[in-house]
Amino acid sequence: MRGNVVIAGIGHTSFGRHEGRSTYSLNAEATRNALQDAGIEKERVDGLFVKFPTSNFEFMYGQKLAESMGITPRIGGVWDQGGAANASLIGFASMAIEAGQCDVAVVTFADNPKSGTRQAYQRAWGSDEVFGWFGIPPGYAMIAQRHMQQYGTTAEQLGAISVACRKNGANNPNAQLRKPITLEDYMASDLIVDPLRRDDCCLVSDGGAAVVLMSASKAKELGVEQPVPILGYGQGQTSLEVALRPDLTTTAAKISAQTAFAAAGIKPSDIDVAQIYDCFTITALMTLEDYGFCEAGQGGKFVEDGGIELGGNLPMNTSGGLLSETGMPGMQMVIEGVRQMRGTSYNQVDKAKFCAISNQGGVMHTHSTLILGQ
Amino acid sequence: MSKEDAVAFPIPVINEINAPYWESLRHQQLSFQKCAACDNKWLPARTECPRCLSPEIRWVAASGDARLISWVVYRKAFHPSFADRLPYNVAVVELNEGPRLISNIVDLEGLNELAIEMPLQLVVRDEHGVAIPAFRKANT
Repeated sequence: MRGNVVIAGIGHTSFGRHEGRSTYSLNAEATRNALQDAGIEKERVDGLFVKFPTSNFEFMYGQKLAESMGITPRIGGVWDQGGAANASLIGFASMAIEAGQCDVAVVTFADNPKSGTRQAYQRAWGSDEVFGWFGIPPGYAMIAQRHMQQYGTTAEQLGAISVACRKNGANNPNAQLRKPITLEDYMASDLIVDPLRRDDCCLVSDGGAAVVLMSASKAKELGVEQPVPILGYGQGQTSLEVALRPDLTTTAAKISAQTAFAAAGIKPSDIDVAQIYDCFTITALMTLEDYGFCEAGQGGKFVEDGGIELGGNLPMNTSGGLLSETGMPGMQMVIEGVRQMRGTSYNQVDKAKFCAISNQGGVMHTHSTLILGQ
Repeated sequence: MSKEDAVAFPIPVINEINAPYWESLRHQQLSFQKCAACDNKWLPARTECPRCLSPEIRWVAASGDARLISWVVYRKAFHPSFADRLPYNVAVVELNEGPRLISNIVDLEGLNELAIEMPLQLVVRDEHGVAIPAFRKANT
């Protein structure tokens, strides 16, 4: 499967606030842009893979979206895996293409939690409301606390991730938040749920993003200008409830990355640039460990020593990540990975040949990995 | 009318499956489920063993001894009912028998008393008329 399927086109809306626009409209704009980037007609699309809007569940969303975009896919629908779904859908679409179930697949996502409802992010977990256990950030804070206590990870080390992502985002004209911060700014930002501060938490964003997939041979036949091969993908999941996990300091990121690296036939040390899901700083830090970029418990030191900055061993989140570019769940990281492989990023890593991308959902519950090449 | 009054306090929804859990707390005891087929022990209440899928399940009283796995301290309210309790903690606790649950650590002099793996002891407390489990530092 290595490199048999390529990302032929990428597209997105602006990131931030889209007052009054439906997710159908945002998906349509992202898909239009992705098809234009690939240089192919919509009529060729016969696979439509959709992550439904997180903030508002809607029955048969994938089918309604296909209808609104005038697509009658041979294969398609929605996939429910929280923030891991976009990367996972790219894996499923790749399988469908290789299995002859479709020729040209669009994978798309849009949501409007900033201008619309964000109720989905406020809900209680399980039946533990009586203890005051509400919201998404506290789940991540629970994991962060354990990591800090167990390994001595510090607030300053988490802050190094926030500082690096904000610096990259400041240089990205499409980023929603283009204001770099210092470590002092980070330390001074409000504690939301101890040990996490405001600047540990991703943005809330409206927007849409899409990619077009096809086989490498189809891309050649259609004269696609800058196809980027998918070398490997993987997925994994652990328990939904944080309380029920036997170990809080490692996640399904590990098995997901192992699957993807095995498929790609490369090692973590071969990766030149990474887009690591940073819904919260602790997520990115633990993913670096689980992927094997550093040892378990060494993520803090790895980021503190500048490993993730431009010019470091592993430049990370070169478009700003969820902390700076957009809080959307993941597709933007795939798009930045494609730009890095094409050599067109605003923060281009010199001679980058391999890019690892992570997406994750729930509270480090689901995980998905992609490895792109050239 | 304040926002707090407008939203009901989120007391647990008691149903056929979890009723024994809440009933045992009313008698100052914390119970967990145990599989009659494979001896697996767990919380929260389910209808099948999550290890062997057997429906043969027993309720067993816990000793009340536990340890602290992790905790957070809310500095902002995520629900209006808890706005006047800030800052408050929520913890993941592991019973000595194995099952883990979400709870609160009570009777603390300061947050700096908290440490992972610290031994804890069950304290059943009243919350809006419902007996719920909390934990305090074990007497050592």
